[in-house]
Amino acid sequence: MAWITRGLRNGVLTTRYPRRPDEYADQFQGSVDVVVPGSRDDPQGSVPADSETVLAERPLPPCPTGAISWGDNSLPRIDRGRCILCGRCVEDQPDRFTQRQGSEVAVVDRRQLLVPRPGQDSGRNAGGDLDELRRSLSARTRRFRRSLYLRHIDLGSDGSEEWEITALLNPVYDIHRLGLFFTTTPRHADLLMITGAGARSMIGPLQRTLEAIARPFVVMAVGADAISGGMIAAGPDGSYAVVGGVGELAPVDVWVPGSPPSPFMILSGLLLAVGRLGAHSDPGATP
Amino acid sequence: MPDTRAVASVDLDSWRDSIVKRASAAGGRLAVLMATAQPDSVVVTAIVADEQESLAQISTTLVGDQIEVPSLTDDLPAALWYEREIHDLFGIVPIGHPRLDPLILPVEDAAIRPRPGLVGRVSDVRSRPVERTDAQVTGEGVFVYPHGPVRSAALESIEYDIETPGEDIPYPQIRVYYKHRGLEKRFEQLTVDDGALLAERVEGIASVSHATAFATAVEAVHLTVIPQVASSVRVFYAELERMANHLDVVTRLCDAAALAVATARFSWHKERVLRLMSDCSGSRFGRGVVVPGGVTALPAVGADRLRSAVGRLAADIRSDADALMLTPSFLDRLRGTGILNPELADRHGAIGPIGRASGSVHDVRHVDDSPYRDVGLLEVPSSDDGDALARLTIRWSEINTSVGYLLEAIHDLDRSNPDGPLTVPITRDLTGSGIGRVEAPQGELIYLLQLDGGRIRRCKPRTASFHNLPLFHAVFTTDILTDFPFIEASFGLSSAGVAM
Repeated sequence: MAWITRGLRNGVLTTRYPRRPDEYADQFQGSVDVVVPGSRDDPQGSVPADSETVLAERPLPPCPTGAISWGDNSLPRIDRGRCILCGRCVEDQPDRFTQRQGSEVAVVDRRQLLVPRPGQDSGRNAGGDLDELRRSLSARTRRFRRSLYLRHIDLGSDGSEEWEITALLNPVYDIHRLGLFFTTTPRHADLLMITGAGARSMIGPLQRTLEAIARPFVVMAVGADAISGGMIAAGPDGSYAVVGGVGELAPVDVWVPGSPPSPFMILSGLLLAVGRLGAHSDPGATP
Repeated sequence: MPDTRAVASVDLDSWRDSIVKRASAAGGRLAVLMATAQPDSVVVTAIVADEQESLAQISTTLVGDQIEVPSLTDDLPAALWYEREIHDLFGIVPIGHPRLDPLILPVEDAAIRPRPGLVGRVSDVRSRPVERTDAQVTGEGVFVYPHGPVRSAALESIEYDIETPGEDIPYPQIRVYYKHRGLEKRFEQLTVDDGALLAERVEGIASVSHATAFATAVEAVHLTVIPQVASSVRVFYAELERMANHLDVVTRLCDAAALAVATARFSWHKERVLRLMSDCSGSRFGRGVVVPGGVTALPAVGADRLRSAVGRLAADIRSDADALMLTPSFLDRLRGTGILNPELADRHGAIGPIGRASGSVHDVRHVDDSPYRDVGLLEVPSSDDGDALARLTIRWSEINTSVGYLLEAIHDLDRSNPDGPLTVPITRDLTGSGIGRVEAPQGELIYLLQLDGGRIRRCKPRTASFHNLPLFHAVFTTDILTDFPFIEASFGLSSAGVAM
């Protein structure tokens, strides 16, 4: 009895996201971006106007997971699927890299995690590809839209992703209000969340899970480790113990970057999977 | 400073005796057993803590084809898993070991093993599927109930093979190798800055503790002392991390008892701690704050707001904790459940909240060179009951001491010069070895580090999860299947920190 009144004590703690914006979600530093000269991120005056050639010659900052490479127009490119948000590039070269606020960073195509988008990908065709991909995912998940059953499998995470997934059940996120539920068996599951860099000893259990799961189903890679191996698989020699990303082990439909992704980042990925997130949100698009 | 660099290299003949003598002395314990591969040899090292908690290293070198060492397990039960680990990673055979099954890495070809320390590719290492080992328990109607590695809810992969006649749990087998990530090899050749980022991901729920232990090891090689304010920042994040971890345990216990409101309340408190961390550092796990030589930034939230946030949180937790400890349906599930006998805990050298609930008074925050000495030490809670309830009671006390340390740290940060240095420079081409030790939420965490020209040659993290998890075998004396989630939650360990 005492617990009931205790439960009412603090009123409603639950976020109204996605119906209303959430301040914590919007202010969370969910990704790193490349500063495009002349864009709103460009710190005016910090870079002399005639320095384009100088910029091009300046080496890229060292990245612990090799997420930074050269892109188009002498600009660097970040692979958010590798980025662990350590912020070192932003500190070293603030005129080139910037922390981006916002939690809607999940995407449906691995290539969308490359920012800025490679030139040949940003044309009309690629946009059509992406729309097609979203449409087919959306068709597949039409029946799940109001009620999605979730299952999780850990392929060698560091343990933090599990905390953030479990947090979705706390009263602040309370995903039951959105018709999202955890199930204890893959046979009842509609969506499989995968965490971890792809530990080889877990490949067997993953295959058995994929065989058991009801069709159709959706697979979501949660975190930089699951997408690319992150810090665990980076390095010239790779790793004997992890495959470096689960993309080659399972048909991933939704990619949620972050190390670890916050509960809002995971939640927006779930909503993206069932087509309940603003259809045109594209976190990789150049502002 | 305690004499943590005492190193003795001895013959193989006297190696075992000198370890057992020290570790069996009153207050002594085996803290680590590890190996390091070198071009033509393997160095096997035991680290033994004495009553004053100073660490002594006792090493012996196996040359050429020599792979056998005498097993320590008969006299020092804590060696059980360490010996299986060095067998998996190096192929070292401890003669006299009771069962040398694969623990963290079942390899396909016994000749090809990762052998950390010997820098180079190990892509030929292949893991193999493991057959179920023979049952430890026999009797009428006994069968094996495999639980895991894929678990319900979002939990880390681990498998418990529960041998049961239906209700009692005489003995759970623990299989941890599913998550093996090859981290000890991954550390090799990294710079110390990148090493700190990897350390944060060894056991992600204790990122701050891992980064701090790693950084302390680097600082020990460098023989440097970090600025006072950096110490306070580390204490601040480490205690928030401890609160989050203990609240996670409480939440899981409430969930196991199906107390919906209590589960919601404590998971909300945990969310508040993680949000406080992200408000201060940008990361909900305090990642990127601790670096070798100091910290990257002061908390982004001012002292007054921090004090009131911590104060409100502490009051809410205390109020809900008091209500929970008066809820009979909850207490009945914990009282007398999963008892870890204090004598066994002492023989094993159990650490962290698990050890302290079974008679230990050991806490790394109290050792001689601890930064907490400057903050002002608080009493270490201890109990002899050894059950899940005692482990919970210890965690409540530790949440209280964490609040105390937090307020002290905030006070120190408030008084410090905001423009003062947060780091001391670390020489680029550092060479040497060092030990870093902190009290993580799970217990004593040790990093053993060898640097060569500024690059990591060998880094061995020893987590409390690895040291304490074998005790899980020993606590199912009178317990039944429905006690399992309570006992597992009350241990509060992470399998990421076991199979690295």
